[in-house]
Amino acid sequence: MEPILQIRHLSIDFTQYDQGVRKRQLQVIRDLSLSIYPGQVIAVVGASGSGKSLLAHGILGLLPYNGHMEGELFYDGQPLTKDRMKRLRGKEIVLVPQGVTYLDPLMKVGDQIRKGKKDKKTVQRCRAALERYGLEPETETLYPFELSGGMARRVLIASAVSQSPRLVIADEPTPGLDLRAASRILGHFREMADEGAGVLLITHDLELALAIADRVSVFYAGETIEEAPARNFLDGEKLSHPFTKALWQAMPEHGFVPLSGSQPYPGTVNRGCPFAGQCEKCTPACRETAHIPLQRLAEGSVRCLNVEKETVG
Amino acid sequence: MRTVNRRKSTIGFLVIVLALLAAVTVAGMILEDGAKVTDFTRTNLKPSLQYPFGTDWMGRDMFLRTLTGLSLSIRIGLLTALISSLIALVLGILAALGRKADAVISWCIDLMMGIPHILLLLLISIACGKGFTGVVVGVAVSHWTSLARVVRGEVLQLRQAPYILAAEKLGVPRKTIIKNHMIPHLLPQFLTGLILTFPHAILHEASVTFLGFGLPSEQPAIGVILSESMRYLTTGQWWLALFPGLALVLTVMMFALLGERIRRLLDPASVHE
Amino acid sequence: MKHRLTFAAKKLIRMFFLLLGVSLVTFMLVSVSPLDPLQTNVGQVALGSMSQEQVEKLEAYWGMDTPPLQRYMGWLSDVVHGDLGMSLLYRQPVASIVGERLANSLWLLLFSWAFSGILGLLLGVIAGTLRGRWPDRLIRGYCLLISSTPAFWLALLLLLIFSVWLGWLPIGLSVPIGMEASAVTVADRLRHAILPALTLSITGVANIAMHTREKMIDVLETDYVLFAKAQGESTLSIVWRHGLRGVALPALTLQFASVSEIIGGSVLVEQVFSYPGLGQAAVTAGLGSDLPLLLGITLLTSVIVFGGNLVADLLYGVVDPRIRRGAARR
Repeated sequence: MEPILQIRHLSIDFTQYDQGVRKRQLQVIRDLSLSIYPGQVIAVVGASGSGKSLLAHGILGLLPYNGHMEGELFYDGQPLTKDRMKRLRGKEIVLVPQGVTYLDPLMKVGDQIRKGKKDKKTVQRCRAALERYGLEPETETLYPFELSGGMARRVLIASAVSQSPRLVIADEPTPGLDLRAASRILGHFREMADEGAGVLLITHDLELALAIADRVSVFYAGETIEEAPARNFLDGEKLSHPFTKALWQAMPEHGFVPLSGSQPYPGTVNRGCPFAGQCEKCTPACRETAHIPLQRLAEGSVRCLNVEKETVG
Repeated sequence: MRTVNRRKSTIGFLVIVLALLAAVTVAGMILEDGAKVTDFTRTNLKPSLQYPFGTDWMGRDMFLRTLTGLSLSIRIGLLTALISSLIALVLGILAALGRKADAVISWCIDLMMGIPHILLLLLISIACGKGFTGVVVGVAVSHWTSLARVVRGEVLQLRQAPYILAAEKLGVPRKTIIKNHMIPHLLPQFLTGLILTFPHAILHEASVTFLGFGLPSEQPAIGVILSESMRYLTTGQWWLALFPGLALVLTVMMFALLGERIRRLLDPASVHE
Repeated sequence: MKHRLTFAAKKLIRMFFLLLGVSLVTFMLVSVSPLDPLQTNVGQVALGSMSQEQVEKLEAYWGMDTPPLQRYMGWLSDVVHGDLGMSLLYRQPVASIVGERLANSLWLLLFSWAFSGILGLLLGVIAGTLRGRWPDRLIRGYCLLISSTPAFWLALLLLLIFSVWLGWLPIGLSVPIGMEASAVTVADRLRHAILPALTLSITGVANIAMHTREKMIDVLETDYVLFAKAQGESTLSIVWRHGLRGVALPALTLQFASVSEIIGGSVLVEQVFSYPGLGQAAVTAGLGSDLPLLLGITLLTSVIVFGGNLVADLLYGVVDPRIRRGAARR
């Protein structure tokens, strides 16, 4: 089967001023490759501030004016150009954003979902979308400040998917929700995938991601460091990268072992492995190799010099 | 990437504009006597190479008069903007620190905003007996309101800032907090406010003088020159109004651009540009 | 509803005290003035030739024999009874002079106010939407130029071009000189008001356009506009649906706040065009130390300015759903 979205060697950087008059490029996402198949939920998991949201905006062609993207995108087998993206945006490819700030505070919910159209078909579709996510028809007449956190997120989902999309990009759709509400929201994404859409779920919460994702891609300081099937995360031995292993150990059911040190900010690491500072197995080579390549493994891929193919294979 | 980026060009621009304004100020001070010379052998001359801005009905060189007028405007602008900004700083900080002071100051601001600015300037000028004192006091005490609000907001925000609360809890002396954490934040805002007050101050000085409430008519101020030029418009001496006004507009514009550029330079959000 | 009534009542009370403050400050400023109204209006020579008795009579007329506080209390109690006093220069009731002058100025002010508001909003929205492109540069350049130009010089320039050089429009005064008031047609009045109105409109645009532009840029950088783009909305639709909505509330405040600026500008512009409006009367009263007239004019303009602010505050509550609904649900 053809992937619905294929990302090859994607990099995103920003132009910024340093102290004084020097300009510099700040790379927030480096060499990212990813494929999403219809019916799949792919989770990209990374800590806050690791450049995940920009991935969503970058795919949709909505980077701010000082942002710059490189790499190739393929949608449905064809290159995803700017013009094509413009035509597909909001129809076949939709974004489910983070929270209530993505709703216009001065516009009623119904008007926002209908996007200014007033014909009968649109009105009905809006009703149906709200109903599908358990929202009363009266929700249409409310303003965003009158919604609860969970309601706002369901409105955002309803708004995004009222067009039956083929690719859903969900950017951190759960923070601030309690576990039950969060699972319920995530359930909706699983549903969409089961109906044939490809879902890219961007989140910081590994556990929640594992609950619904087919594959998980772990992000560290702007790079994918490991990509593996979700089931591999049930068993720490099946994971390859030291950071991913540490993440697994940090989960409550696996011993709650914290990882010391902190992630470098995107763009601050120019050479070598970004995880070098926190890694127990770090070798001089890890620090000196200019760019550590992504190795293919039997079930996924990993960006680490110390993983030998045969030991995992 | 361009070799000259916005920040570098801003600094270049700053140097050129400041040099130009300083040159005008100094030249005007030196040439002041020449601006008052009357010579009835050369009355009502059109602009020429010898007299670029022409001469008036008393044979005075309009170029020298304009230069002197600009110099006067800039000096008064500097003086009044400085006083105004200092008032703003003191009142802004006072308003942020005490609730009673805040109420009184915000009431004063509302009161001043309630009287159209020009009218307020006229009233203050009358109170001071018009003339130099009238216009300087008027302009100086009526331009602090918006900057005071900015300072007040900034101080209020700083006082609630987590890192300052933390420093207080850690027992960092008040002086150190003010020196290390508050002033570095306030200073850029203050400087920008100061520079952006110039254009208003200069324009208002010229307006008050034009209406006859400011500098006396024997001074070659731009407001005086333009007020006098009104009588000669219908008789065809257009240059009396055109060039001095244009020169004033250019001067004010330079200050406005300067302020705008500096604001952008000091604004933390400008790192992305 | 009750919430909003209390809000309006509070605002009204504050406005009342502010007006009281305005009158007191005006009175004090003029009273402390070292300028001698007799010297200004009668002249040194004439005073010298007068008898002591005549001078005393004049001093009484100009109120110089009464302590300021006593004069103020007297003036205040008259105002409470609906009497604004007599103009010392015109020897007519202040109320009738102010009324007549306001009638002359009102159309000028209203037109410039509405025109500069609408044009400013439009230019601001265009500039903000096309940020960094040539229309934005053009509009920004225009605003910088205009905000650096003194209103009275612009008036002089327009007078020079349209009246002196082209001869299309009259030089000054709101009606042709020497014409009977009854013979003045609407067309005459209009012809005389065109240049003052044009000057005020041109200068008023800059501030509103620049603020609207800033706000528009803020709106276009919000999360909800990003989401609207992600939903495939066109730029035009985003500007129409989200941009204008976001800009409307600040524009409302700005528009009503600009009342004060327009009145201030009219003082200068009316002087240049010798247009017999409120602004010109203020200058005359100021130059002649006509305290009652100056007080009347200041008070009237303050009422207009505060009234404008009050209207803006009340409209805000009606337009902003967060206030409207928030209050209803409490």
